[in-house]
Amino acid sequence: MSDLAETLMPIAELRRNQPRFRGLEAGHLACLGCGQALAARLVTEAAGPDVAVANATGCLEVFTTAWPQSAWRVPWLHSLFENAAAIASGMEAALKAQGKPAKVLAFGGDGGTFDIGFQALSGMLERGHNVLYVCFDNEAYMNTGVQRSSSTPHAAMTTTSPPGKARMGKRHLKKDIISIIAAHNIPYAATASVAYPSDIRKKVRRALEIDGPAFINIHSPCPLGWGHDGSLSIEMARLAVECGLFPVVELERGALTGTMPLRAPRPVTDYLKPQQRFAHLFQNDPRAKEELEHLQALADHNIETYGLRGERPDPLDSAGADTVRRGGVRWA
Amino acid sequence: MLQALEGSQAIALAVALCRPQVVAAYPITPQTHIVEGLARLIADGKLQCELVSVESEFSAASVALGAVVAGSRAYTASASQGILLMSEVLYNIAGLRVPLVMTCANRAVSAPLSIWNDQQDSMAVRDAGWIQLYCADNQEAVDTTVQAYRIAERTELPVMVCVDGFTLTHTLEPLEIPSRDQVDAFLPPFHFARALDPLHPISSGTLVSPEYYTEARHAHHQALLRAKDEIVTADNDWAVLTGRASGGLLEVDGPDDARVAILTLGSVFGTLLDAREEYPQLGPVKLIKLRAFRPFPVEALQQVCVGLSDVIVLERALSPGSGGIVGAEVRAALAELSAAPRVHNFAVGLGGRDVPLDIYPRLLAAIQSAFPVRFAILDVELDKLPAEDR
Ligand SMILES: Cc1ncc(C[n+]2csc(CCOP(=O)(O)OP(=O)(O)O)c2C)c(N)n1
Repeated sequence: MSDLAETLMPIAELRRNQPRFRGLEAGHLACLGCGQALAARLVTEAAGPDVAVANATGCLEVFTTAWPQSAWRVPWLHSLFENAAAIASGMEAALKAQGKPAKVLAFGGDGGTFDIGFQALSGMLERGHNVLYVCFDNEAYMNTGVQRSSSTPHAAMTTTSPPGKARMGKRHLKKDIISIIAAHNIPYAATASVAYPSDIRKKVRRALEIDGPAFINIHSPCPLGWGHDGSLSIEMARLAVECGLFPVVELERGALTGTMPLRAPRPVTDYLKPQQRFAHLFQNDPRAKEELEHLQALADHNIETYGLRGERPDPLDSAGADTVRRGGVRWA
Repeated sequence: MLQALEGSQAIALAVALCRPQVVAAYPITPQTHIVEGLARLIADGKLQCELVSVESEFSAASVALGAVVAGSRAYTASASQGILLMSEVLYNIAGLRVPLVMTCANRAVSAPLSIWNDQQDSMAVRDAGWIQLYCADNQEAVDTTVQAYRIAERTELPVMVCVDGFTLTHTLEPLEIPSRDQVDAFLPPFHFARALDPLHPISSGTLVSPEYYTEARHAHHQALLRAKDEIVTADNDWAVLTGRASGGLLEVDGPDDARVAILTLGSVFGTLLDAREEYPQLGPVKLIKLRAFRPFPVEALQQVCVGLSDVIVLERALSPGSGGIVGAEVRAALAELSAAPRVHNFAVGLGGRDVPLDIYPRLLAAIQSAFPVRFAILDVELDKLPAEDR
């Protein structure tokens, strides 16, 4: 008996090594093709069961927990819209005081992160809490019906940035959140995209290895808000990366340490055209042409700033990253 | 052993004796000394505790909430603008039925800006679903703080201990700090049944449909009503242990044959005790100290008001456009009595305005009129106002 017990993996280790632990189960109420649902599942899978989650108000909270049901298999608390980072700070302080090892995750949408919860997030990063904050960036306030946030891309249509005679969608730029987060000089800050699940897993694991605050912004298409078919979500996410509008990068202590190179940057129009939120940019209107040029310039600027142009095929570039770990195409 | 201590220092010592594991706060006068006191105890190694110095009161309340949900006893304190900034979180804490204790160092609310004492801040969040206990002096502040943790943890309701800013927080009084053994005997180690635990994952703070929201509100209301028993029990048990009681839900002081009573909350009670001694010729008067404002002790209040002809309610806040807040509730409670006393309602001491002893004869004179005073602010100096504002 005791021999057998010795050869068995300790329970705690077994729990952590479940091949496909699912922190977020199927059966929730997300729309078809919801990028955020997929991203949250990938994050919790990679993080494993020994976590506690603080979730901001938003789609993710609403579609996962319609009382008396819940899709979460990890301990989970939703408090308010703008305090996920502070709730997580408190959880972390408590677990530290109790000498418990569980890792704290905070989840928020772009509204809850870039805008209303930004102060709490900045405070959490500055105080050095051992928390991984994940933003599911669907580029608008989706839960309340697609209003613009500071993460909404320039020129995009939302219900509060409608195009018309006097306007061409959102007038302002998408906030450069990752630079602002990195400027806190935290140990780990990264962007990721649902189009690259293995990259998300890798980044979550990396973030959890580190002692101290970590932040990942995951680009997560919203078929309803962006106006594309639900079957195209992954495609949209991939195109956003491939055109340079959503650079996938890692920064440690404020310095750039990793990028996902673009094997062959695509024109931004490939990404914008299938989406209803940019439809006004494809009308016969001189302002439309100007805005498209503006967006292309923004993408070019990202490619330049982060040095994204890959010289030759790379297993971890925008064309290879998703296939290589699934045993797909191998590159020399 | 009596020690001369500033109110804030004494409260900090009381909090520390309750062994909080997480303290989160943001500076605001007149609360600041309490948290500075705790910081000093932590720095000196006298309290093992995570002090989270947050970037706002909103986060202070949120950190404390997160800490309790993760299984730790926690503490926060604030005042005035800080209480209002916290207000969304305060409702949330109560709705989640999180046993947290906080001190409100009562202060007026801007505008106009005033750092001085009244009770508009805690009154503004009276419907947040917290227990609210008002302290008449610093000994009560100490004893109530310890009691608050036991009440909170037994009822799964948060408790706000309200202490008049400056009048109490910054005033030296001789008082008794309980011993560690006394507090440990009174307050068991922290345990929160719904603490987040990876081995037993639960989801808290979920979305509920109209099918369930009403029931959640009912349960919360009932829990507050039931908490009256815990408030009384805690005070009784504390009295057995230390020889000191703070008045349970409310306390009456005065002769049985008095036909007039003055009811108030907080430190004005002490002023009234002194005033009554100063003016013995004005006849027998009962003084009622309302310690619990939430839950509102309707039955206890009715009981002590039987046989009275007049009840004067003195409060340090108002609902502009309506009148007194406490006064309205007292009037509603006493209206159920068969021979209901007349209720007169005054706001005093707004924004730190002094409450002198001579309000006592003035109040007793004011109620001689044929009609009860529905509501008036005492000591308004109309000549300071332009004619159209008088
Ligand atoms: C203080 C406050 N203001 C506004 C709201 C309403 N509200 C709830 S969710 C939400 C939008 C959430 O947007 P985001 O954070 O981007 O997440 P998404 O729903 O897009 O995933 C808003 C505005 C609220 N709950 N609390």
